[in-house]
Amino acid sequence: MDRESIYSHLTRKGVSRRDFLKFCAGAAATLGICSSSVPRIAEALEKAQRPSVVWLHFSECTGDSESVLRATKPTLSQLILDIISLDYHETIMAPSGFAAEKSLQDIIRNKKGKYIAVYEGAVPIKDGGVYCCVAGRSAEQIVKEVSAGAAVNIAVGNCACFGGVAAASPNPTGAAGIKDVIGGRVVNIAGCPMNSENFTATIVHYLTFGTLPDLDGNGRPRFAFGKLIHNNCERRAHFDAGQFVRKWGDEGARQGWCLYEMGCKGPMAYQNCPTIKWNGGTSWPVQAGHPCIACAAPSNWDTAYPFYQRLPEVPGAGLTATADKIGLGVAAAAAAGVAAHAAIRYVNKKKCNPEKGEDKDNG
Amino acid sequence: MAKIVVDPLTRIEGHLRIEAQVEGGRIVDAWASGTMWRGIETILKGRDPRDAWTFTSRFCGVCTTVHSIASVRAVENALGIQIPDNARLIRDLIMAFQTIHDHVIHFYHLHGLDWVDIVSALKADPVKTAALASSLSDWPNNNSVGHFKSIQKKLKDFVDGGQLGIFANGYWGHKEYRLPPEANLMATAHYLEALDWQRDIIRAHALLGAKNPHPQTFLVGGMSIPVDPNSQNALNAGSIALLNEVSKKALEFVSKVYIPDLLAVASFYKDWAGYGGFNNFLACGEHADADGKFFFPAGIIKNKDLSKVYPVDQAKIAEYINNSWYSYSDGDAKSRHPWVGETTPNYTGPKPPYEHLDTNKKYSWVKTPRYDDMAMEVGPLARCLVAYASGHKQVKETVDMVLKKLGVGPAALFSTLGRTAARGIETLLVAQKLEGWVGELAANMKKGDYRVANTDKWDPSTWPKEAKGVGFHDAPRGALAHYVVIKDGKIDNYQAVVPTTWNAGPRDPKGQRSPFEQALIGTPVADPMKPIEIQRTIHSFDPCMACAIHIFDVDKKELFKVEVQ
Repeated sequence: MDRESIYSHLTRKGVSRRDFLKFCAGAAATLGICSSSVPRIAEALEKAQRPSVVWLHFSECTGDSESVLRATKPTLSQLILDIISLDYHETIMAPSGFAAEKSLQDIIRNKKGKYIAVYEGAVPIKDGGVYCCVAGRSAEQIVKEVSAGAAVNIAVGNCACFGGVAAASPNPTGAAGIKDVIGGRVVNIAGCPMNSENFTATIVHYLTFGTLPDLDGNGRPRFAFGKLIHNNCERRAHFDAGQFVRKWGDEGARQGWCLYEMGCKGPMAYQNCPTIKWNGGTSWPVQAGHPCIACAAPSNWDTAYPFYQRLPEVPGAGLTATADKIGLGVAAAAAAGVAAHAAIRYVNKKKCNPEKGEDKDNG
Repeated sequence: MAKIVVDPLTRIEGHLRIEAQVEGGRIVDAWASGTMWRGIETILKGRDPRDAWTFTSRFCGVCTTVHSIASVRAVENALGIQIPDNARLIRDLIMAFQTIHDHVIHFYHLHGLDWVDIVSALKADPVKTAALASSLSDWPNNNSVGHFKSIQKKLKDFVDGGQLGIFANGYWGHKEYRLPPEANLMATAHYLEALDWQRDIIRAHALLGAKNPHPQTFLVGGMSIPVDPNSQNALNAGSIALLNEVSKKALEFVSKVYIPDLLAVASFYKDWAGYGGFNNFLACGEHADADGKFFFPAGIIKNKDLSKVYPVDQAKIAEYINNSWYSYSDGDAKSRHPWVGETTPNYTGPKPPYEHLDTNKKYSWVKTPRYDDMAMEVGPLARCLVAYASGHKQVKETVDMVLKKLGVGPAALFSTLGRTAARGIETLLVAQKLEGWVGELAANMKKGDYRVANTDKWDPSTWPKEAKGVGFHDAPRGALAHYVVIKDGKIDNYQAVVPTTWNAGPRDPKGQRSPFEQALIGTPVADPMKPIEIQRTIHSFDPCMACAIHIFDVDKKELFKVEVQ
């Protein structure tokens, strides 16, 4: 089966061509690329072999694994049975102990330079790494070994991306993101937890184009983190109109007015929550009446905090302002201005252009 | 007498290491060690108590919701805030879906592979499998030969393909796997069905909590999700319909798949009613109704005596660190109540990489909670026993039904099997409650009660200069308590005593073992190179940390590296 493509694997298992294309279309939508790219994705997956994936846990809460358990495009069972070969994942793998370690070592040894490494959780580097040990080894020792032989390193969730909640002031354990520990190129699927659709779309992008998606200054894929939540927010018209929730459960809350006055961090947060939402498109925090806490922003536990305090100096509240200026102003205040600017410029330039996609992604 | 290393023990959450000594084919001693510390309690100091739940929810993404609930309850308790009835009901539904979702995932995807040999399912006869499954329940797929055939084919292709992924290197073929191939195939089919089911029913969390994991509609004082049948931006009639739909699906799967599977699997492993027990149990009570009466009662059972239930007094809870990598300012020998608790790390263990911990010294990041200086087991079994001993009608009926079907008496509950059965029993009872809570929420809407939050004390200027509170939540994995001390509007101290801390803590100064360490003693180990039995007992607690297990021989010989196949 090592030689078998994902598509032939799927058809052998009775998955129809139509369902296969539906999945490809779903992935294209999340990636924000034109539907004209669907045949391209389908073609790539038809040829691709199921890549080995090792998924490691460090200083974390397993929320990102749980997020993948909720994935809908594709589902977890499709993902692990059909798309990838998940060869190490402590939360769901059958073997324990040495047998589990063997699974890891087999991949490191036999698939050198070919496997995808996924990291969940921060790496606490203070005091020789004693704050997170697995099998007697520190997280730092493990991540250095595993990342060295990986074709691609993907950090999932804000802890692996940037240190996350463990790195919140005063960062008692010296928690750091994967990129800070290993350097080089790391894809950061940020968020707390990450949205699984962004993870699966990244995998599909890699299998389709053989390259990683474009990343912003924080290592986050632009297809998912290129736009300000505030600009895509379903409540944006109420912000522009000066209609704000003032008290939990008040008339404005019941009518879905803007949560800016209640502390919403949408004006400084980049993520695609408003468009892809959560749990199969059921809802997302602002839709459910709670402020955004900028969970995909580096250091959100300090820079977006306190969560119920109104952001200062957001221009245009009650007026119609250009959204990018708002994003820029606030993000700069949150010390993330440069990356944000780059992201916005990129997003503004990027239009649906399959030809451009073909050129860029060839090879 | 082999000394083997099983490290890490998988299919749990977090990082835990257990060292155990085996003599004559049985475990004679064991040590549990948590190997990760993040210091979130330290991070919370000086922050706004209204924000605390967003941080504490990140204690855990598996039992996501539980630390949010306990946190807002602690602050509400400190400030004397009563939440509106709608907030109570929304929280009840969120907690209930958490319990149901968590327990089903635990049974099939975490614990299940300790009892079910997936590879053996390849040998099953799909016709006989359908006959077996349909004799157990009228779940639609159970009588479909074609369904079991297609599952078996899927499995065969997977195995033949050689890329076994998460199933590679399992203890397949171990003689302690006792299910016939047909039962293994049935359970494998349900393993896959449960994966799809859980994704569907957890939409209830997205509806009420914005997203899952880490729902984000909690507030000190209530919930942020509005209720208004005349708005498209609030819980309305459509939401009630969706809640009813997922509630029905939840109850159907639990009663037609989970419970029949649990009973069928348990009937092949009745000897496991003889291992893995503990003596003392604590339940803090959960699902209070509008009058404050708990559905699952609070109480304490001592020394397996079901004739008496003692009341819980939170003042008797205290934590030791004599074997934990922390320091107390007045010495490490005494325990501290959580309101005056301290979390000052002081690692004295070996420098990584290491092969062994010195268990004669401090050996864990987990503290040692005690109730009146007694170790307590918390979790589904504790809740079940406290309710059973309190004469709780539904619990008693369901427990007696299960005991009768398995042909065992109440003493069998004090065991690995009893713990696993209790989890199923309470899942069924909670699933049966869903419809009623949805109905109460709809009834409130009908009478025009749209309140979801009590905002009287939202503004910190209304708070006393100093306040302290405790928030209890009998979470899926057991009694949880968050303790908060507030000074000048900021958190002065924050401590969480979590279920796995009760169950997995190291020894106290008297040498008393906590449940993990105690329960392993006497557990047989048929093949020390594949100690599936340790997984069974440890998984029966549904630990919330990733584990590593070591077995030592009495001579403390060199490590015996296990190479499977």
